[in-house]
Amino acid sequence: MPFEVTGLIVAAVVLLAATAFGLVKRARDGKLRQPSRSEDREVLARLGVDGATPVTLLQFSSAFCAPCRATRAICARVAAETEGVRHIEVDAESHLDEVRALGIMRTPTLLIVDAAGRVVRRAAGQPPTRAHLLAAVSEALTSGSKTVGSNR
Amino acid sequence: MLDPRGPRFAAIITSVVLVVVLITGSGWLALAQAVVFAVGAANIRYAPYAWIYRKFVARHLGPPPPVREPSEPVRFAQGVGFAFMTVGTAGYLAGAPVVGLIATALALAAAFLNAAFGFCLGCEMYLLLKRVRAALPTR
Repeated sequence: MPFEVTGLIVAAVVLLAATAFGLVKRARDGKLRQPSRSEDREVLARLGVDGATPVTLLQFSSAFCAPCRATRAICARVAAETEGVRHIEVDAESHLDEVRALGIMRTPTLLIVDAAGRVVRRAAGQPPTRAHLLAAVSEALTSGSKTVGSNR
Repeated sequence: MLDPRGPRFAAIITSVVLVVVLITGSGWLALAQAVVFAVGAANIRYAPYAWIYRKFVARHLGPPPPVREPSEPVRFAQGVGFAFMTVGTAGYLAGAPVVGLIATALALAAAFLNAAFGFCLGCEMYLLLKRVRAALPTR
């Protein structure tokens, strides 16, 4: 097979694969999901999550990260507008032990922590929409207050 | 801070150039693209495709959107592109076209994802690299 044809085929395969990958990512990134595991409260406490705050928006960021800025803006606004919500932004690179303990793979990753210290929602790659974030926050406000007595 | 359409425009031009590199197998074109990446990584204001965007394209598009893009992620991506195209250029020019092909294909995947989806390679890879590096035993 002549080299030009090989190059053409490689280019076509790369563009097709990248398109498929990009479409899957676009559909998944920024979705607030229920985490599959429960996190160590000790680790969360080291990052500044305290039991006195009803809902904490714990955001992991890095320097080379444009969607981190968008996530910061939306979280800061929700925290400012909603009673009992606090936004904490952590530089992932300087907290690698906690990053590993919490299974953070990329930035931005946003954890929603309720008053009982449980991570109730998690989103990565892009900020969630404002509406989804507000819904998750109000759910966390209720779930945290219901179980806070029995859980500690 | 940058007009976010500039880096997207640059990524489109980059994708086209890299497709041409793959088809022609031209080590010199690969070298030219590596130089373009190097300039962008060193100082984003002098990035050649961004200059073309400002000079000839931006004026036809109307005022830039209010949201500005930080320049650090863009510079980081240019640096990653430079690393790949250095390997690619060496492969093509040193008579190892398969090495050139693979490196250029990876660079194309990154540039195209940036152009078409605004995908941020640095956001996905940077933390993973840091995690891996921290996990390696220190001597």
